[in-house]
Amino acid sequence: MTENLEPLKPKDLGINDVEFYEVDQKPTVGFFGHMRGFWVTFSTMFKKPLTVEYPEVKAPTEERFHGRHQLNRHPDGLEKCIGCELCAWACPADAIYVEGENNTEENRMSPGERYGKVYQINYLRCVFCGLCIEACPTRALTMTNEYELADDSRAKLIFEKADLLAPLRAGMLMPPHPMYPDMNDTNYYNGDVKQAHPSQELDK
Amino acid sequence: MSEVAVEMITVVIDGFEVTVPKGTLVIRAAEQLGIQIPRFCDHPLLDPVGACRQCLVDIEINGRAFPKPQASCTIPVETGMIVKTQLTSPVAEKAQRGVMELLLVNHPLDCPVCDKGGECPLQNQAMSTGQGSSRFEGVKRTFEKPINISSQVLLDRERCVLCARCTRFSEQIASDPFITLNERGALQQVGIYENKPFESYFSGNTVQICPVGALTGAAYRFRARPFDLVSTPSACEHCASGCDMRTDVRRGKTLRRLAGEDASVNEEWNCDKGRWAFKYITAVDRLKVPMIRDEAGELVEASWPEALAVAAQGLKATSAAVLVGGRATHEDAYGYSKFARLALGTNDIDFRARVTSDEEREFIAAHVVNSSTTYRDIDKADQVLLVGFEPEEESPIVFLRINKQFRKRALKVISIGSKESVGVEKLKGEFVKVAPGQEAAAISAQKLTDKSVILVGERASESAGVFTAVAALAQSSGAKLAWIPRRAGERGALQAGAIGNLLPGGRPVTDSVARQEIADAWSVNSLPSQIGRSTSEIIASVNSDQIGALLVGGVDPLDLENNKEALAALDKAFVVSLEIAPSAVTSRADVVLPVAAVTEKSGSFLNWEGRARSFDTAVDDSLNRSDLRILSMIAEEMGTSLNLGTVTAAAKEIASIKNWQGEPLKMKTASAPAQRQLNSNEALITSWRRLLDLGTLQEGEENLAGTARQTVAVISAKRAQALGVANGDLLKVSTAQGSVTLPALIENIHDDAIWAPRNSRGSQLLTDLNAVHAEVVTVVRA
Repeated sequence: MTENLEPLKPKDLGINDVEFYEVDQKPTVGFFGHMRGFWVTFSTMFKKPLTVEYPEVKAPTEERFHGRHQLNRHPDGLEKCIGCELCAWACPADAIYVEGENNTEENRMSPGERYGKVYQINYLRCVFCGLCIEACPTRALTMTNEYELADDSRAKLIFEKADLLAPLRAGMLMPPHPMYPDMNDTNYYNGDVKQAHPSQELDK
Repeated sequence: MSEVAVEMITVVIDGFEVTVPKGTLVIRAAEQLGIQIPRFCDHPLLDPVGACRQCLVDIEINGRAFPKPQASCTIPVETGMIVKTQLTSPVAEKAQRGVMELLLVNHPLDCPVCDKGGECPLQNQAMSTGQGSSRFEGVKRTFEKPINISSQVLLDRERCVLCARCTRFSEQIASDPFITLNERGALQQVGIYENKPFESYFSGNTVQICPVGALTGAAYRFRARPFDLVSTPSACEHCASGCDMRTDVRRGKTLRRLAGEDASVNEEWNCDKGRWAFKYITAVDRLKVPMIRDEAGELVEASWPEALAVAAQGLKATSAAVLVGGRATHEDAYGYSKFARLALGTNDIDFRARVTSDEEREFIAAHVVNSSTTYRDIDKADQVLLVGFEPEEESPIVFLRINKQFRKRALKVISIGSKESVGVEKLKGEFVKVAPGQEAAAISAQKLTDKSVILVGERASESAGVFTAVAALAQSSGAKLAWIPRRAGERGALQAGAIGNLLPGGRPVTDSVARQEIADAWSVNSLPSQIGRSTSEIIASVNSDQIGALLVGGVDPLDLENNKEALAALDKAFVVSLEIAPSAVTSRADVVLPVAAVTEKSGSFLNWEGRARSFDTAVDDSLNRSDLRILSMIAEEMGTSLNLGTVTAAAKEIASIKNWQGEPLKMKTASAPAQRQLNSNEALITSWRRLLDLGTLQEGEENLAGTARQTVAVISAKRAQALGVANGDLLKVSTAQGSVTLPALIENIHDDAIWAPRNSRGSQLLTDLNAVHAEVVTVVRA
């Protein structure tokens, strides 16, 4: 029968031209017929279940699962975000809002001239497409595997910069603080800075 | 100048014929066909320079081809020329790609942190005519990241493509050649002179025309991306030049303003005040809710109905007058004018919140209202006479227009005054030096023709007889006459009749036909027929108990002569204040009603030509209402209807009232005072307001204030010698009211005179001295 089927040409697309064929399928009858139907159910009883008891048990996601965003830090603690708004520009859902600001000697949040003063992601809008990650010129914005993004108010689902920033790890200092001595923003970008220098610590 | 028939030339560009006037550049001719040749240095208002080489095209003339591609921005069209752009010539296309690659060799890849990103001609043309990747493997030349070439302009030399637009603008348009191209080769860079920062009143234009992000403004640094901004065409509220503007708003906050394009007014330029002084709109202390004075004498917040009721009651209870500053839009001023006549039943209204005279009021009623001298007349003038008017400080676009004609055809400029200004020096003008107060005689001595233009400023009211002399000179020579006030709303307020001797359209209040026309338009039986009081008379009448209530909109009492009296009057009278921010008026008012700032409402200004400069609401979500709407509500509460619910309704009504065709008011002549005898330590003060000073609308913009000219007291060499002072020594200038101490500067000034800025840091003459022009002050070494 298959050899009779030919793809419809566009000019034949009119509904009257469609032909219907009767399909010849044998019903499952008799004892063996029923057994064949129940066999799938029966055999599953001996298989390991795929479901987990969420939320008591949390299965890890795939490695590249698109979860909540994270704003990364340089190894000395300075923020990687330069407030360029390219993520906001790339966002198809208009979920990201950024305001840039000038870095000064007294208040340095990132290497170079500019940092992101305001950074908001609206998770009611975000479609987790990851275009923002592709747009980010400094790898400041990446995605974690965190998927538990539900809450009881709209306001709580607009994540601020403080909610998105990566935690401080060993060797990092909390900005604002000066840049690593004798390093410029290109060195930071090239990964020449490995950890904070004692001179970067400000007397708080 | 009669229009000479221009020879037309036909050329072929990419196979299409186009006919253009002789002298047109190839790049402009291509534009007429819709063929876009990439370019950086080319700008229609600047002289061609051929600096960036991006616009290379193949040209042949009468069958003979240029051996190499040519810069289309420097070559005028010729008969028999065949041009092939990148669209049809592979050679031109390759040449353009090559130039782009070379331009990008040293251009940093910092678009993400660059303010120009997203609206950058280099970015766009690198996409359209550039390579996808770079073959350059060396190390890019770097410079120190941004350097302040003034407090408001930042220069990032790495990004510069050396198009020389900024330097050409400064030299050719503003005549402020404070920036130049220094060094040679790869190290060539834009720079400033060592001890002369880029303190030009027009420096913002260089930021706007920079085709890369090399010049950026400090105020807009890292504020937004173009896709964040909602742009609204608007008009400038700062002076009577009437610049076309664009206001960019992000989430209800004005982030920047740019010069708009209007060939007949500001071309493509504006001044730094218009560009950067807008922070007052977003100032934190803006008034938001109505306030009334309670029994304890404190201002307390109130609801709108409550505040309107109190205002209406207070204005109804006694005779009231209206003071409306020169900042109101045409529609708002019309509202005040109608309110005074209908709701208050008086002609006591004056828009002139400054030093004024009755001579000025008669002059503007007789010669200015309904007149139509324009920028075009300056373009065609054989000479320009400046009286009581410093174009660069008081109406910068008028300065640019005079400067354009000066550079093009050496337009003769004559300035009558006591101190030669920087602007007149730049225009190489003839400076007629007179003692303060003695201008009238010098004006009468001028020889003008019917092609001349007389530009008279508002400061002419400070010397008796000047307006009389100007009117007589215009009459006898046939010269065109224009009155250029400093504030944006004054011409509109004049046309709207917000003054005691005129009704809308320039109708004299004393003329019964004129009154009847307006009464018909307003559907009332009659209008008050007595000439109203002027600003100073209104204040005097309050202090002598003849007026009991004042409706004040946008007036700073410290701008008035005898401001102590003005403050006393505000303390005494029942005051209804319509204001955007707390001021000396609101603190004395009985009812304070918040109104919308310019970006929050629509409307129009009439510039000095009388040309309407209309603008739309830029910040849509503002809850503030225009003066007009609030006046309608008060009138309604008082039992009178203004029928001016919206700006559109007011504009319609204004348009329906034609200009007065009958006899204008006659002007009484005034004569100049006799020359005063001065002691050796006495001088006659003269002053004007600088463009950048302590004006209310410049509040909160520190970067802009940083480029204000230095506050000095200018004296002549003779006086300096007599006092034994050199440049920089401190001088104490005093009157009975007080004193100011300023560093001395020896310049070209009349020996009897001393000049100081009127409202700059450390020199607020109206409050400090209560003397601004032709009044005797004592000058001693401090």
